Amino acid sequence: MRRLFIPLLFAACTARADEVQVAVAANFTAPAKLLAAAFERDSGHKAQLSFGGTGKFYAQIRNGAPFEVLLAADNTTPARLEAEGAAVAGSRCTYAVGRLALWSARPGYVDDQGAVLARGGFQHLAIANPKLAPYGAAAIEALTALKLLGAVQAKLVQGENIAQAHQFVASGNAELGFVALSQAMQDGRLATGSVWIVPARLHQAIRQDAVLLARGRGKPAAQAWLNYLKGNGAQAIIKSFGYEI
Amino acid sequence: MPSLPNLTADLGAVWLTFRLATVTTVLLLLIGTPIAWWLARTRSWWKGPVGAVVALPIVLPPTVIGFYLLLLMGPDGAVGRFTEWAGIGLLPFTFWGLVVASVFYSMPFVVQPIQNAFEAIGERPLEAAATLRAAPLDAFFSVALPLAKPGFLTATILGFAHTVGEFGVVLMIGGNIPDRTRVVSVQIYDHVEALEYAQAHWLAGGMVAFSFLVLLALYTLTGRKAR
Repeated sequence: MRRLFIPLLFAACTARADEVQVAVAANFTAPAKLLAAAFERDSGHKAQLSFGGTGKFYAQIRNGAPFEVLLAADNTTPARLEAEGAAVAGSRCTYAVGRLALWSARPGYVDDQGAVLARGGFQHLAIANPKLAPYGAAAIEALTALKLLGAVQAKLVQGENIAQAHQFVASGNAELGFVALSQAMQDGRLATGSVWIVPARLHQAIRQDAVLLARGRGKPAAQAWLNYLKGNGAQAIIKSFGYEI
Repeated sequence: MPSLPNLTADLGAVWLTFRLATVTTVLLLLIGTPIAWWLARTRSWWKGPVGAVVALPIVLPPTVIGFYLLLLMGPDGAVGRFTEWAGIGLLPFTFWGLVVASVFYSMPFVVQPIQNAFEAIGERPLEAAATLRAAPLDAFFSVALPLAKPGFLTATILGFAHTVGEFGVVLMIGGNIPDRTRVVSVQIYDHVEALEYAQAHWLAGGMVAFSFLVLLALYTLTGRKAR
């Protein structure tokens, strides 16, 4: 029994050394899973992914969470962490530029000009909490630019993060909602329902930055993961979800 | 110090939470009393399954309850189809949606104390009432209810407090709408997530004080009689 146990323990330890703990913004969930699988295949390292809102990750990292890399939904949070010494200086890079999409689970409900917003006739318009989520803030900016914020204000329902906003729409409880284009896309095209890709000029660019956190300093797997994100293979996967780079 | 508009939002959340807990508790006393009475008296095979369903929210995580309520009350769910057919519309993101969810979620905290109180009365006082020619309904109101008063007190306090403490289910079906579904627990969560710790402290500290006082009152009031 003991002879069996010791090699197993040893194997567990070495596998752990080659792991990288990654905090992933909710909108990047689907591509991150694909990327992690490809990363493991190509490098032998394993990426352990945690998904959630960027604001929550910020608070957790500041309070000692064991993450080594953050893939944020914005560029301000990584910059802030770097300024506060919780991230490695000079390690920031933009891994994706997000696109906002007006999406409905019903085919044909959202037209490709987004005229449904002005037409009304819906009960609920889902967005991510604009105070916490960059995609929520972008949705408010777009509605403001379209001069429709006042008209839809009473119909807004907020998800805690963009994943929950998507869930409200996917379950049909909100007829439509502003989500990340990546959540509506699969294999380079719209998965289900109907979508209007919100023109980028209607909101500030959603630059999503990655950063090496203090706990990932000098960890080969963490550096390998960041390098992998910049590679051609990874960028093709990221683009297939509707992100720009 | 919090600025004025946010303080207004905080007070709005407190008022909404109070309304939600009050409506839920009143409804639960109306719905829960007959259920508790039946559970206490029946010898039916159904006692086990019904009791188990009532107790489910104690063991189920709010994510499970919230997830299924969202689907059930949605346009493709059984409850959602019914409410749309009845002209009420869909329940998620509404105050009454939260009431429905809270009634289910807080049910065991109201039914079980009342059931225990009814069971503690036993057969004898009711048999005595029957020999005095009291009709069953009369016996219930003039004998069973007064004797079960401590149980009702516990049920009311726990039902109210548990609804005030609700979070996960509201987060999943509420949609965080000011004055309609943004209750105190969600408001606290928003403050914490947005790193507004000073404002979070006002509400979170208030919740700790409130909960302590409620439980203190409960144990002081019931402890004298029961234990």
